[in-house]
Amino acid sequence: MKWDWSAVSDFMPYFWDGLLVTLQILALGSLISFVLGLAWALLMRVPSRWVTWPVGAITEFVRNTPLLVQLFFLFYVLPEWGVTFSALTTGVFAIGLHYSTYTMQVYRAGIEAVPVGQWEAATALNLPLRRTWTAVILPQAVRRVVPALGNYVISMLKDTPLLMAITVLEMLGEARLFAQQNFQFTEPLTVIGVAFIVISYLASLALRALERRLVH
Amino acid sequence: MTSGLWELVLEGVWVTIQLLVLSALLATAVSFVVGVARTHRLKFVRFLAGLYTEVFRGTSALVMIFWVFFVLPPAFGWQLVPLWAGTLALGLTYGAYGSEIVRGALAAVDPAQREGGIALSFTPWQRMKLILLPQAVPEMIPPFSNLLIELLKGTALVSIMGMGDLAFSGNLVRLALQESAEIYTYILLIYFVIAFALTRLMRGLEKKLKAGVGKAPKEKTAAVRVPEGSGVS
Repeated sequence: MKWDWSAVSDFMPYFWDGLLVTLQILALGSLISFVLGLAWALLMRVPSRWVTWPVGAITEFVRNTPLLVQLFFLFYVLPEWGVTFSALTTGVFAIGLHYSTYTMQVYRAGIEAVPVGQWEAATALNLPLRRTWTAVILPQAVRRVVPALGNYVISMLKDTPLLMAITVLEMLGEARLFAQQNFQFTEPLTVIGVAFIVISYLASLALRALERRLVH
Repeated sequence: MTSGLWELVLEGVWVTIQLLVLSALLATAVSFVVGVARTHRLKFVRFLAGLYTEVFRGTSALVMIFWVFFVLPPAFGWQLVPLWAGTLALGLTYGAYGSEIVRGALAAVDPAQREGGIALSFTPWQRMKLILLPQAVPEMIPPFSNLLIELLKGTALVSIMGMGDLAFSGNLVRLALQESAEIYTYILLIYFVIAFALTRLMRGLEKKLKAGVGKAPKEKTAAVRVPEGSGVS
């Protein structure tokens, strides 16, 4: 086994570029999944089968099919329909949509965990529905679900390399490009492998600290 | 779509199923070995198992696949057949997730059961085999079912390495027809059907295993209390 440190130092500038793109995808993807997931969760509470049934079917479908094929679908089919986005935008949207079907379940559990007395108190105080949600239910529900949402951010981090398949140059894309140009596969792939382990480990430590703070 | 293209898709389904079954078997083996090792009495063994879990859970499955395909051959002189390389990468990664399930389920068994085993002077291996695992395994099935769906979705990653699985056949058909909406809709539907069948299969398995340890699949019988002092007979 040969290990070439000069290849590592040659790769580092590309690595930082890739890391930046990965973190961008992660930040924007998380944002989309948090907002869209909440929207799905709220729509599932609408007391009409005409809303809950399609929303349930769509989210179930998205959750049970591979993100990679969804990426291909959006990347190749949207232009056929005359909608063109950059690869990065498509990828961010796809990953956000995919994970929103997971965060939706997290929100649902959080909303159901709010004690029923809170609902009754809101009714007794004659709060309008809007205020009940924004001032009573959601603040309590969201606080409970932050750790679980954080876990999905960490899994999302590990799915960002998939965007390489639609030509986005995130960490793995940069590593592959560098490897093919210089015929050195070992060093760049190992560097990003270690980077993923380090980032997700640090993120899980940060999450544990956040969890402790929210409990108190 | 012509019948020739459908044949291509069917071949893809076959490769995906082969890969799914093989990597699920490897992942199950890894999860049980690593998960049980995390309850070992030697600290060193627990540490090694924990390290394995952190490393393989920490990295991305796709990076792992790249690593097995490109770094393993020059580094160790192994050139694996793509199917085995994919199985290895997926099995090791998802096995790390599975080991957490096994560890959690073992920890959730009532401590009195363990103590009962110690009191009857069972060896650690007998305790594991005769007392802990039969009670823990049925509890593992629902999370393992979710993991199996994740694994099915993970198998699509090997198409990036040019393996002819279902997702790859979709790309071939897209190139052949210069049209993507139809074929990708079919591919997504096929994945969904496989996932649905797997969920059903696992639910049946759960029912069977829970009946084996005298538990109903749902929590309906939880209200019936075991009379106190009935003990282990």
